[in-house]
Amino acid sequence: MPKIHGAVTIEKERCKGCDLCVVACPCDVLSLQPKEVNDRGYHFAYPANEDACIGCAACAMVCPDACIEVYRVVVK
Amino acid sequence: MTREEIIRPENKVYSRPRLIDDNYMHYCPGCSHGVVHKLVAEVIDELGLEDKAIGIAPVGCSVFAYNYIDCDWIEAAHGRAPALATAASRLNPQNVVFTYQGDGDLAAIGTAETIHACTRGENIVMILINNGIYGMTGGQMSPCTILGAKTATSPYGRRTDLNGFPLKVSNVVALLDGTCYVTRQAVHTVQAVRKAKAAIKKAFLNAIAKKGTSFVEVVSTCSSGWKMTPEKANKWMEENMFANYPLGDIKDTSAGLEEKTVEVKKS
Amino acid sequence: MKDNVKLMKGNEAIAMAAIRYGCDGYFGYPITPQSEVLETLEAEMPWETTGMVVLQAESELASINMVYGGAATGKAVMTSSSSPGVSLMQEGISYLAASELPALIVNVMRGGPGLGTIHPSQSDYFQATKGGGHGDYHLIVLAPSTVQEMADFVALGFDLAFKYRTPSMILADGVVGQMMEKVVLPEQRPRRTEEEIHLQCPWAVTGKHKGRDKRNIVTSLELDSAIMEKNNERFQRTYREIEKNEVRYEARYIDDAEYLIVAFGSIARICMKAIEDARKEGIKVGIIRPITLWPFPYEAIRKAAANVKGILCVELNAGQMIEDVRLAVSDSVPVTHYGRMGGIVPNPQEILDALRRDFIDKPANAQEETK
Repeated sequence: MPKIHGAVTIEKERCKGCDLCVVACPCDVLSLQPKEVNDRGYHFAYPANEDACIGCAACAMVCPDACIEVYRVVVK
Repeated sequence: MTREEIIRPENKVYSRPRLIDDNYMHYCPGCSHGVVHKLVAEVIDELGLEDKAIGIAPVGCSVFAYNYIDCDWIEAAHGRAPALATAASRLNPQNVVFTYQGDGDLAAIGTAETIHACTRGENIVMILINNGIYGMTGGQMSPCTILGAKTATSPYGRRTDLNGFPLKVSNVVALLDGTCYVTRQAVHTVQAVRKAKAAIKKAFLNAIAKKGTSFVEVVSTCSSGWKMTPEKANKWMEENMFANYPLGDIKDTSAGLEEKTVEVKKS
Repeated sequence: MKDNVKLMKGNEAIAMAAIRYGCDGYFGYPITPQSEVLETLEAEMPWETTGMVVLQAESELASINMVYGGAATGKAVMTSSSSPGVSLMQEGISYLAASELPALIVNVMRGGPGLGTIHPSQSDYFQATKGGGHGDYHLIVLAPSTVQEMADFVALGFDLAFKYRTPSMILADGVVGQMMEKVVLPEQRPRRTEEEIHLQCPWAVTGKHKGRDKRNIVTSLELDSAIMEKNNERFQRTYREIEKNEVRYEARYIDDAEYLIVAFGSIARICMKAIEDARKEGIKVGIIRPITLWPFPYEAIRKAAANVKGILCVELNAGQMIEDVRLAVSDSVPVTHYGRMGGIVPNPQEILDALRRDFIDKPANAQEETK
């Protein structure tokens, strides 16, 4: 059974904290920063539970501000 | 595996589209415009149209679309994008011309230009962002506002006796012989984004092949105008907008056109 | 040369001259009294010869915005209409001016206001020369008085538009549009090639990589007031350049003139007949016929006014150009107006009568009151 490892990078200054990536993620990887804000005052998204990421890119596809890039490694 | 081992160039599966500019988008958080901009940028890139695409920007929230998608642009007067596109396309048949408009721009003030560009079968792509509201001016009722929806100019909900019925403009242009492809899409889920991108790509291929007018409506949210969170706006759209504006192809006479049959020269 | 001499209407001459100029596109909508422009182009089928695009649009709104879209790609594009149609175009004309795009707009004026009449008029002088649409801008306005000038001003209008990157207008009237005269059409010029457009119009929206690394954006929108003011200052500098270089007028019989007529377009020709009749009777009248209504020949009129007892402005309107003539001479000379409205064209006798009534038959002290 191959194991999938994923990771996302989020350009935090570009993020507007719309939460759509958090909703789209099937593995509950992402959250909005509860307290910290970026330079424009948004609670930006971050991979709170990054070990669960499978690199499916759902978050990146629904991100209106193109802040997310996705990486994936399949270990056989 | 560690995060550092995964985040390597060879493992990248999703990049920020190359033709999306570095400028921060001015749209509100969660706005559908950003997603559709990305799809248009990806399609232009994938079809090798970077040096051929001419975008016509509207008046409305996407008035600054030219700041975000890296191709040549003309900023139109309110509603007139299809007229500009008609001339740009006829005078420059080697280019691929697309319009990008909201429902207020395309289906209210620009209805005549929309219908006549479509019935002439101009070889252009028309993209309609239908969020049923005027976003830029502060959330007024648009022709596509659904019945009962509250807006700044229908504060108690749109009523037929006062405001008539929502304009299903895609169904109207599908009746015109000049359109080859009319489809209604959304970008609220991953599956919807994939389908919307395929539709936009097909529309651009039709324009390259000079098959007539391709019309892609994207049913969209306006969380600010609707006064909802982006997530709730998506749900409200699914529950209310889709009943008025069901997704799917409305007309497709362009079938059989394969990407490989189209010669796209890169400069 | 002889082969090129034709008998045709002014409207037809516009169409033929457009093809021969190498015009890339015409977008228009039928309206009397200028429909022959579009009709002639459709009959000539220039898309088969020069490759010129001709399209009947769904409205004047669409035609002027097609012109805007075409001009933004660096092409030589034009439209024509008559007064009510040109009113509809004003938004698009303002966008053209603000986006610094060259284009040619022809207005074959009819009587207004409103739907008015289909008969000749010059009542769009204010609209054409003072801006017309919203914002601080000017058009270069050419006023033909013959069918020959209808043909010649197509090239002049386009050349000036491209030289200054601003739209220009041929402000004709129903008389010049409809009357038939002998005309020598210009030689056929080739349409500009894509390479020439890239060279001459580096701002043109032609697709991103054509010897440039940045994308071109044609827009009139600028939300930063400081930049918007700079843009306006740049427009105004262009207008001052045009005022310095491009004033055109015709002056006749002014050396010994005791009275001066100022008139433009078709009515200037009727004034010429009135002047010839007057001179037979020993009344020394001269004429200045502004050819560019903007920039207006203020200086020429000021000079010509130095030795005259009065100036009569003859216009097919209620008195519009007279305001510019008064600006030219300040209070140094009495200036009066004679005009007909609603599509009526006066005959030479009426003009001579007006001259007599306002100046010749009047005691000198009464002339002040006519101002």
